[in-house]
Amino acid sequence: MKMNFRTALAALATSAAALGASGAAAQEVTIEYWQYFFEARVNAMDQLIENFEAANPNINVEMTHFPYADYRTRTAVAVPAGEGPDIVQLFYGWLNDYIDAELIQPLPADRFSPEMVESEFFPMVQAMERDGQYFALPTAVRSLALFYNQRLLDAAGVEVPTTLDELVAAAEATTERDGAGNITQVGLTTGMTAQDHHWFREVLIRQMGGEPYTDGYRNVNYDNEAGRAALDFYLGLEEQGVTQSGFMDEPQAAFRGNRAAFHIDGSFRIGALNDSRGLDWGVTELPAGPDGTRSNYSSYWVNAITSSAEGAEYDAAVLFMEYLTSPEAMQIWLDVVGELPARAEVGMTEENANNEVFGPFIRGLEYANTTIFADESAQRQVLVDMIERVQLQDMDPGESLSIAAEAEQAILDDYYGE
Amino acid sequence: MASNPSIHDTIPQEKQPAVTRGGFYGRLSINQKRTLWAWAFLAVPILFYVVIRFYPTGNAMVLSFQEWNLLGDRTWNGVDNYITLFSDPVFWQVFRNTFAYLLIGTPVSLVISFIIAYHLDQVRFMHGTIRALYFVPFMTSAVAMAWVWRWFYQDVPIGLFNNMLASVGIAQIDFLDSTTNALPSILAPAIWAGLGFQIIIFMAGLRAIPRTFYEAAKIDGVSTWTVLWEITLPLLRPTIVFIVVLSSIGFLRIFDHVFNMTTANPGGPLNSTKPLVLMIYQTAFDSFDMGYAAAQTVVLFVILLIVSLIQLRLLKDR
Repeated sequence: MKMNFRTALAALATSAAALGASGAAAQEVTIEYWQYFFEARVNAMDQLIENFEAANPNINVEMTHFPYADYRTRTAVAVPAGEGPDIVQLFYGWLNDYIDAELIQPLPADRFSPEMVESEFFPMVQAMERDGQYFALPTAVRSLALFYNQRLLDAAGVEVPTTLDELVAAAEATTERDGAGNITQVGLTTGMTAQDHHWFREVLIRQMGGEPYTDGYRNVNYDNEAGRAALDFYLGLEEQGVTQSGFMDEPQAAFRGNRAAFHIDGSFRIGALNDSRGLDWGVTELPAGPDGTRSNYSSYWVNAITSSAEGAEYDAAVLFMEYLTSPEAMQIWLDVVGELPARAEVGMTEENANNEVFGPFIRGLEYANTTIFADESAQRQVLVDMIERVQLQDMDPGESLSIAAEAEQAILDDYYGE
Repeated sequence: MASNPSIHDTIPQEKQPAVTRGGFYGRLSINQKRTLWAWAFLAVPILFYVVIRFYPTGNAMVLSFQEWNLLGDRTWNGVDNYITLFSDPVFWQVFRNTFAYLLIGTPVSLVISFIIAYHLDQVRFMHGTIRALYFVPFMTSAVAMAWVWRWFYQDVPIGLFNNMLASVGIAQIDFLDSTTNALPSILAPAIWAGLGFQIIIFMAGLRAIPRTFYEAAKIDGVSTWTVLWEITLPLLRPTIVFIVVLSSIGFLRIFDHVFNMTTANPGGPLNSTKPLVLMIYQTAFDSFDMGYAAAQTVVLFVILLIVSLIQLRLLKDR
C-alpha cells in the first residue's frame, strides 16, 4: 500500500514534470517492477535500478515487493485486474498460465532473438520459449548440489564422494545410532517433501538410463526399468540405514544442526548455511550415476513484461528487461544474492566456475534440466505418496511406481486438456 | 428575559415548516418513523453482511459450476466439479477424516472437560491457579502450539516423547509418520487447546445447579453415582448441548493444527490427516483450481448446515 502510494506520487511528479517541460526532448517515463520480498533480492534490485536509471535518465523504475507467502496470489489477482506492474517477476512454473491468459507479452524478437538466447544462456532457459518467441527471461537461476559437513567427514575419515556408490558408502560411515539402534545422526538427509523429488525426477531417473518425461513434459515416462531402478536406489538408502526420512523434521534442519553428513539442496540454501554458527560445511557437484552420467535440476524466477505496458512504458520496459538480462546485472545478482548467472559467459568465467561455493552449482547448470510443471505441488505430492505407500503401507515398489506415474499423468492430461 | 419573545416567536415558526413540509417523512406516524430509523441503523450491518458475506457466498456457489484459475476467464462447466469431487477417492478419505475429527474430538473433549470441571468444582486448594492453568492453552496461538507439539512428536534425537521412550528402552512410536497414528496425534493438542474453555463453561453450569437438590439427595442418602446421573447430568443438559454445538463446529473446521503439524506434506502422510478445509485450501491456493475449490466449499457448507440443523433440533427439545 505504501509502495502504491509512493508510486502514485512518483507518477504524479513525473507527469507534472512532463507537463512543465512540455518542450523537453525526452519524455519521462515511470515503469513499475514487482518481486517478492527477500532482503538480498531487494538490495540487488535497488542497485540494478540505480544503475539503469543512471544510464537512462528519462526512465524511472519503481519497485514494489510483498511477502513471499502472498506473492503468487496477489500477482494473480492484480495482473488480470490491470492493477499489476509493467514488469513482473514470476516463477518459471507459472508462466504457462500467464501466457494462456495473455497477461504477458512476448519479448521483441529483434532484441531477444531465440538464436541469441539459445547460444548465450544456459540451455534450460529454453523452457521459456513458445512458438518461436521468448516470453520471459531470468537474471539468475538455481541448481542443486551436495552439501557436506566437513567435521563429520573428518571424524569418520571419509572423502567427499563423486559417485552415487561413494555417496552411499560415505553416508554409511557417517551414520550414528544409539544403543537401541535409533538413528541419532544420518549419513544423508532425505525427504521427498524437500528437494528430493527434483533429484529423483531429473537426476536419478536419468542416471539410471531413463528420461522422466517425453513430449515436452506432457507424458510421464518413468514407469519402466529406469524409473524402477531409481526408486529402488532411493528406497535402498533407508533400507541400508544411511538415512531416515523426516529425521529431525526437516532435512535442512538436520544438516544445520550438525546431525547429517550429506544434504542435497539448492543454491538458495547457501545464505542460511552461512548464518549457521559452528557449521563447517562444503559443497560439491551432485554425485555421478553408475555409468558416469551427471544431471541436475534447475529452477528460476523470470522477468516478464505484462500486457499493461503500452507505448512509452513498453519501450522503457524492454530497455529495462535488456538490462536485467545483461552480464553486468547477472554478476551483481550473483555477488549480492548468491544466485547463479543465467548466461553461460558470466557463469563460466574462471572465477565463478571455480568458486568454492558457487562453482559446483554453476558447473551443474551445464547439464541441468528444468521440469515443466503443470502443478508443482500436486506433482511433488505424487512422489511423496509413492514413497509413503512403500514405507508406511508395505506396498510393492513397482506397484507404487505405476500408481504414481498414472496419477501424475492424470494431472498433466487435465492441465493440457487431453 | 429578553429571550422570551424569541421563544414565542420560534414556536410557531417551528410548527409551520413541519406542517408545510408535509413531505414523506412528515406524514409518517411515530411507529413508522421508529421503524424507518431502526432500518436506517440496521442498514449498516446489513450492507456490511451483504458485501462481505452474502455476495461472496453466492459468488462461491456460482463459481462451483465454473472453471477458473484466477488468471484467465471464468468458464462454465456445469456440474463437472461436483462429479470430479464425488468420484475422487481423496475426497472420501478427507470426508472420513473430517468426521473422525468430529466423532473422536467432540466426545473425548466433552468427557475429559466434564471430569476435570466436576472435580475442580470440589477443589478449594489453589482453585483459581489450577483453573487458570487449564485455561492457558485456550489462549495460546494454535500455530505456536502446533509447532511445539510437532517437535514433541519427532523421533530421537529431538522428539520429547520418543526420547522419553528411548531412555527407558521402549521402541520409538511413529506419531506423525504413520497413517494410523497421525490423526489422533494431531487431534490430541487440538482437544487439549479447547479444554480450558469447556471446563469454564462446565463449571459455570455446575454452579448454576441449586444446592437444595444436593441437600435433598444427601438427606435421602442417595449414592454419589445416582446424584451424578439423576441430578447433575440432567440439569447440565443445556450446558452440554452448548458445548457440543461449539466444539463440533470447531472440529469440522479444524485446519491450523493439521496444517502446521504437517506443513511439509499437508494433510499427510497419504492424506490420512487431511480435513476438508485443508483440501479446499490446497485446491484453491496451491493448484489455483478455484471452481473445484468452490465446489468443495459448498459441500462443507452443506455439511455444516446439516450438523447445525440437527443440533438446533436438539436444543429445541429442551
